[in-house]
Amino acid sequence: MTKQEALFEFLLRKADDSLIIGHRLSEWCGHGPILEEDIALTNIALDLIGQATELYKYAAKVEDKGRTEDDLAFLRLEREYKNVLLVEQPNGDFGKTIVRQFFFDHFEHLFYEGLVNSKDERIAAIATKTIKEIKYHLRHSSEWVIRLGDGTEESHERVQESVTALSRFIDEMFYQNDVDEILIKEGIIPDVKLFKDEFYKNIEAILEEATLKLPAENYQMSGGRKGVHTEHLGYLLAELQYMQRTYPGMEW
Amino acid sequence: MKTEDIWAMLEDVTDPEVPVLTVVDLGVVRDVIQLEKNHWKIVITPTYTGCPAMQVIEEDIKERLGKENITSEVELVLSPAWTTDWLSQEGRRKLEEYGITPPQDEGDKSVLFGERPVIPCPRCKSRNTRLISQFGSTACKAHYQCNDCHEPFDYFKCLK
Repeated sequence: MTKQEALFEFLLRKADDSLIIGHRLSEWCGHGPILEEDIALTNIALDLIGQATELYKYAAKVEDKGRTEDDLAFLRLEREYKNVLLVEQPNGDFGKTIVRQFFFDHFEHLFYEGLVNSKDERIAAIATKTIKEIKYHLRHSSEWVIRLGDGTEESHERVQESVTALSRFIDEMFYQNDVDEILIKEGIIPDVKLFKDEFYKNIEAILEEATLKLPAENYQMSGGRKGVHTEHLGYLLAELQYMQRTYPGMEW
Repeated sequence: MKTEDIWAMLEDVTDPEVPVLTVVDLGVVRDVIQLEKNHWKIVITPTYTGCPAMQVIEEDIKERLGKENITSEVELVLSPAWTTDWLSQEGRRKLEEYGITPPQDEGDKSVLFGERPVIPCPRCKSRNTRLISQFGSTACKAHYQCNDCHEPFDYFKCLK
């Protein structure tokens, strides 16, 4: 694999993570439990889709085959999406959406902090912009995890169920293969192995305050980085891609 | 046509979501470069990556310069990343007058549950206010309420 191929693959992975979880959050538009949260979730969705746009633009340039950011976002098949499985999981109740975001934000926070020092100038610029937004997301999801976990008996029970159910998708965020190896060696991306302990320490501290627990043992799912997804992604794409599939090339 | 003249024209272009601020007050215009006699390049940077106002700002800039028969291209750059420090003093004053509290120094946001800064009410100036939501009517604002006069208000949140 060449450096260019590795870079393209990496950009797709991170762009797909942001696009898919951003799309999931946008599904809350008009359905939030309270008006303020309806606005908060869609604001975060906007940040994430904005980040995805920047990553897709760069991916399209690196690939150099005449595709645009819109082609990459809207005109690939399910197997060509490289996002982790966590981000495509359905919203469930508000607590489940918050737990999904909580795991994701804590990973992204550590990852983008490393990415700010990328030797690739364009990636460093995107990361420097993005990290400021992630700090707001992180605070939002962490505060809600505490409020719901340490809330009523019902909110505790429901959010604990979501922690248990979604924790099987955590380790996949730390997946590495030759793409990562090449880019770590070039100083373009951080080595996620180096902050895995810190990640667990961070989320466990908040879960403890929230009177919640990660399950002792959990079968870890993976496959997203190779394009092997859970059944949920297909349905999500059917909605996301509907307009471009029905009216190819349409603009407004 | 001189560089100052172009900057002066840009003072007429306002943010579509916070119409009291011009794109110059906001610090969104980073550079103005003459390419040919009547052809200029305007370099802008987004406040937030997903900010939907950027496209409108780009069109408004072209339209404003077009009125003086100047053609232009608008380039969007991400680096250096926009910060609320670039908001001009004039911009801060206008914001407060408009009923939006300008950014206050918030310290380090990576400290998750540290002390929150005091955000004064733009109406009665009380410092006894509470955060309703970190995310307000646009990406750049948070939602607060005053505990004294009960006015709900927007706060232009700090981004560093």
